[in-house]
Amino acid sequence: MSEAVRFLLNGRVVEARGVDPTRTVLEYLRGDLARTGTKEGCAEGDCGSCTVLVGEADGAGAVAWRAVNSCIQFVPMLDGKAVITVEGLAADAPHPVQQAMIDHHGSQCGFCTPGIVMSLYGRAVGAQGAGAAVDEVLAGNLCRCTGYGAIIAAAGAVVPEAAPDVAGALAGLTRETTLDLSHADPLHGVTRRWLAPRDLDELAEAVLAHPEAVIVAGATDIGLWVTKQRRPLETLIDLGKVVALKRIEPRDGGVWIGAGVRYVDALEILAGLYPDLGGMMRRLGSTQVRNSGTIGGNIANGSPIGDMPPALIAADATLTLRRGAERRDLPLEDYFLAYGQQDRQPGEFVEGVFVPVPAPGLIFKVYKLSKRFDQDISAVCAAFSIAVEGGIVRQARIAFGGMAATPKRAAGCEALLVGQAWTLDTVESAALALDEDFTPLSDMRASAAYRS
Amino acid sequence: MADSAPAATTAPFQSVHASVPHDSALRHVTGAAVYIDDLPEPAGLLHVHLAMSARAHARIAALDLSAVRASPGVVAVLTADDIPGENDVSPVIHDDKLFATDTVTYVGQSLFAVAATSIAAARAAADKAVVAYVDLPAALDIAAARAADLKIEASQRMARGDAQAALSASPQRLQGWMAIGGQDHFYLEGQVALAIPGEGGDVHVWSSTQHPSEVQHLIARVLDRPHTAVTVEVRRMGGGFGGKETQASLFAAAAALVAVKTGRAAKCRPDRDEDMIMTGKRHDFEVAYDVGFDAEGRLTGLALELASRCGATTDLSPAINDRAMFHADNCYFLPAVEILSHRFRTHTVSNTAFRGFGGPQGMAAIERVMDAVAQATGLDPLLVRQRNLYGGAGRDLTPYHQTVEDNVAPQLLEQLAASCDYAARQAAIDAFNAASPWLKKGLALTPVKFGISFTTTHLNQAGALIHLYADGSILLNHGGTEMGQGLFTKVAQIVADAFQVDLARVKVTSTVTDKVPNTSATAASSGTDLNGMAALNAAETIKARLVAFAAAKWGCVEGEVAFTPDGLRAGSVVVPFGELCRQAHLGRVSLSATGFYATPKIHYDRASHSGRPFYYFAYGAACSEVLIDTLTGEMKVLRADILHDVGRSLNPAIDLGQIEGGFIQGMGWLTTEELVFDDQGRLRTHAPSTYKIPTCGDRPAVLNIDLWSAGRNVEATVHRSKAVGEPPLMLALSVFSAVSRAVASVADHKVMPQLNAPATPEAILMAVEDVKRRASSC
Repeated sequence: MSEAVRFLLNGRVVEARGVDPTRTVLEYLRGDLARTGTKEGCAEGDCGSCTVLVGEADGAGAVAWRAVNSCIQFVPMLDGKAVITVEGLAADAPHPVQQAMIDHHGSQCGFCTPGIVMSLYGRAVGAQGAGAAVDEVLAGNLCRCTGYGAIIAAAGAVVPEAAPDVAGALAGLTRETTLDLSHADPLHGVTRRWLAPRDLDELAEAVLAHPEAVIVAGATDIGLWVTKQRRPLETLIDLGKVVALKRIEPRDGGVWIGAGVRYVDALEILAGLYPDLGGMMRRLGSTQVRNSGTIGGNIANGSPIGDMPPALIAADATLTLRRGAERRDLPLEDYFLAYGQQDRQPGEFVEGVFVPVPAPGLIFKVYKLSKRFDQDISAVCAAFSIAVEGGIVRQARIAFGGMAATPKRAAGCEALLVGQAWTLDTVESAALALDEDFTPLSDMRASAAYRS
Repeated sequence: MADSAPAATTAPFQSVHASVPHDSALRHVTGAAVYIDDLPEPAGLLHVHLAMSARAHARIAALDLSAVRASPGVVAVLTADDIPGENDVSPVIHDDKLFATDTVTYVGQSLFAVAATSIAAARAAADKAVVAYVDLPAALDIAAARAADLKIEASQRMARGDAQAALSASPQRLQGWMAIGGQDHFYLEGQVALAIPGEGGDVHVWSSTQHPSEVQHLIARVLDRPHTAVTVEVRRMGGGFGGKETQASLFAAAAALVAVKTGRAAKCRPDRDEDMIMTGKRHDFEVAYDVGFDAEGRLTGLALELASRCGATTDLSPAINDRAMFHADNCYFLPAVEILSHRFRTHTVSNTAFRGFGGPQGMAAIERVMDAVAQATGLDPLLVRQRNLYGGAGRDLTPYHQTVEDNVAPQLLEQLAASCDYAARQAAIDAFNAASPWLKKGLALTPVKFGISFTTTHLNQAGALIHLYADGSILLNHGGTEMGQGLFTKVAQIVADAFQVDLARVKVTSTVTDKVPNTSATAASSGTDLNGMAALNAAETIKARLVAFAAAKWGCVEGEVAFTPDGLRAGSVVVPFGELCRQAHLGRVSLSATGFYATPKIHYDRASHSGRPFYYFAYGAACSEVLIDTLTGEMKVLRADILHDVGRSLNPAIDLGQIEGGFIQGMGWLTTEELVFDDQGRLRTHAPSTYKIPTCGDRPAVLNIDLWSAGRNVEATVHRSKAVGEPPLMLALSVFSAVSRAVASVADHKVMPQLNAPATPEAILMAVEDVKRRASSC
């Protein structure tokens, strides 16, 4: 209860005491600290009005900055980190990013503007994901007034600069003990607990001790459990401090990606292995979402519309689960049992996923269909891994998202491809089998007829 | 690293017609601009949550709120029984209840208010209500309402000539149909109100509203108090787009009622989902046309039937549907025309004002007719459009009998067609399509003519208040509200120009009902036309006093007195502005004045749908090029070129921003923004995760926007400018037509695509498949 979450806010140390662990960073900034420059537009990480920069020690003496949606980050996730809000940019004069926005008439109603300024500032200081095209950097910042042209012009006028050096100050926030917060929630009659294990063994122990706990990685999904579903969560276990889970390691025949690896960190290596997967990942969520969300989380939550599972199933990825000291591996496709049900035992957690290197000549394609090109949840996501030798299909792994209660392979379609000549006729007749493989539903994203 | 915003910098001298930044630009970018939810919260603030109906149409058999009242943190639970005055928050005909009583008529309708010490406590409490519904038959869409004959008012008919006779005699004739989806405003700042109780039952309400006077009047009626007891204030909104014209009243009235009942400050701020579920949207329409034309593509007769979903209550639907009729001609002369308009009542949230106010749907209908005629005749669609434009003797009368006196569409179209290289690109696209089996392109150039004035004539009035202080600073207030459109900047420019002072000398203050009373909504694109002129009149009143004073004091005739950038020139004397104000004060001259303006020339008879509803027209034209994937329906707008007439622009940067923003918003309406209601009448797309407005990457990579350099309002508007808020939205109809062209190319334009709006990937794919089927069977 008395333990404080300590972080740097615009260069000054803030000690947050007695905060509900599921209070969002946005609520804390606006409500507790009266920093109202950061706005709430949607409280679900889709509009970017709440964008702030978060910096954390990268383990090599520097600080890695990234733009995130503060509306779906929980306060304890800031522990030991640095935050820059829109109030932190201007000194005696507007920051060059702010001046560029003024000069190019980049604000109209002004409500999305602080978030846009922070995304552009992140780009200027080389924050993670900020090396991409302006469209990509801003895909998570909705503006309803300008039509974006003036903002793009402002982005073009911004020159790179160094991020503030807070490495020393962050070192002073290093924690000697495990962060363990308890908070009474009289409204729901529960005591909420937040545990942030510091290494893998401590994590395994904590999950074993609290099998009912919600495991939080980037909170791009669990944040919405709180802000949208208003679920009174009890015990939460934060993966954020477990360095071992943030590792990307080359292993025999492929690459192992820890469950705490964010999309942004894995994008380059996965795009190198599977260029089409990289293309899809650049459309998955937004810069802010990819800066928080993890591949492990996208798998572990078992959503039928997550975009990574179909692609990774097609790539024949293997999942590593850990329970206490025990580990087991299983093909990723076997993890998804039914809607809302995965092959994860009480006390068990996803440790990582192994993605094999594609065989030479493998055809690997990912198609994501959505109403809007950027930052939209797929109506259908389809991944195709086809090996052709001498004009004959030798292997076909085809997986779909959005077509069933789980991410699922198209067994009938695959069967009609393997052993056949790789021709348009073969493909067209195999495609007909998809009608047998799937019976999709109609929802707000697409009708069953379109999905078929 | 400092943690505070810098002081505002002094702007250099600028008059009208200059691209000065938005008056709040510095505050926007530093996070220092204060929106209502950013105001420091008063001690003891209560958070108000409105409980919502879960049913589309039901009788409330029982409502047990005992558990709600007993829930932690709850201070008050208010129902219709707690309203001292009238249980109504509707703009015109008293049919929008603050709290439902016997029946509910849409999902999301307000049932009761919970005021608690936190919003979480209020929401958790509201969930404990026990509501017993007895379901009643619900009509959820146009088809169901048509079958049940449910309307919010009688169908309206606008006609000129004998359309049926013309159709019968027409050399060629065709019929068609299209559905046009609605649109959520998606202002980034949601609805919000903060009410602070005063003495003697008074209340001061900060409301994110485009219509402070209406909010004031409705709160007074709810509280059974005179208008003087209620003050409504708004400095800025984080976007409005029509969605805060009538929709703010519910939340403001709930906050005010709680404040007055409890004696504590009260804030009502629905979250994004509640906001989208509880507030009205753009009307969805179904359009049927029967058109006669000759081989040259000239229309001979048109019978058009417009049907809209108005929702559960009247709101502004009569005027919105009227405006759809007013714009069903767009820029085209219709020799014999009959427009029938049905306003259907449904058990869904009441649809409301949205940028264009019905105009876009009417215009979408006639543009669809133009595309159908072009398809049928095999003529280029631009040629068909040009042949049907107003112009020439006997071709200048609208279906509502107003003469088009300022027709610039022919020039705009010709100029844009040349500048965007229309003909060559159309040929290049035909070649591309012939060689590309799966990807297809489409190109379309469409015009816009939009009538400027509230069609309810009495609304075309505005007031302003100007104080000159003795130090020479100028306080400007008017009835218009700032929602990002730059109104405050433009009016300040007008006043600075009138006094020939630096813009920085003019302080624009929040819109508040105790400074300027009885104002109209900031709507109908009229903000600058009305308030700019009212402010100018106030400035002129003060200037006249100063001129008389200066002539007497410095010994010259009034004709020798002039306001200059150096100060007031009186004969050979030049008095700096600050010194002038000090001297005038010592000379006992009143330095405060109100200004008023009422739009001249307009009149309208709704019974016969004839008259001159519009003071003038705003024009524009756009040419869009799209690429579609015929295997998936995915679409990209590759390029758009826009030429728009804003008269003599008061601020080109702001006008260009309005044009681009309107175009992209219109593009969203016609492409990705799809409202989905389920079979229980529940909105399934109630947040940005499911409702998709355009992102940065949806903007065409090439977007050329020009103000028409020859533009000048023929009417005596303020500095001969033209309104710009709404008209550009309809430039996006070029995108829809281009998509339709791309779809039609699949069968070499042999059949007209059955494409509905929004043209989502699904809609496009289905249209492609349909075109293929029909083309192969004909």
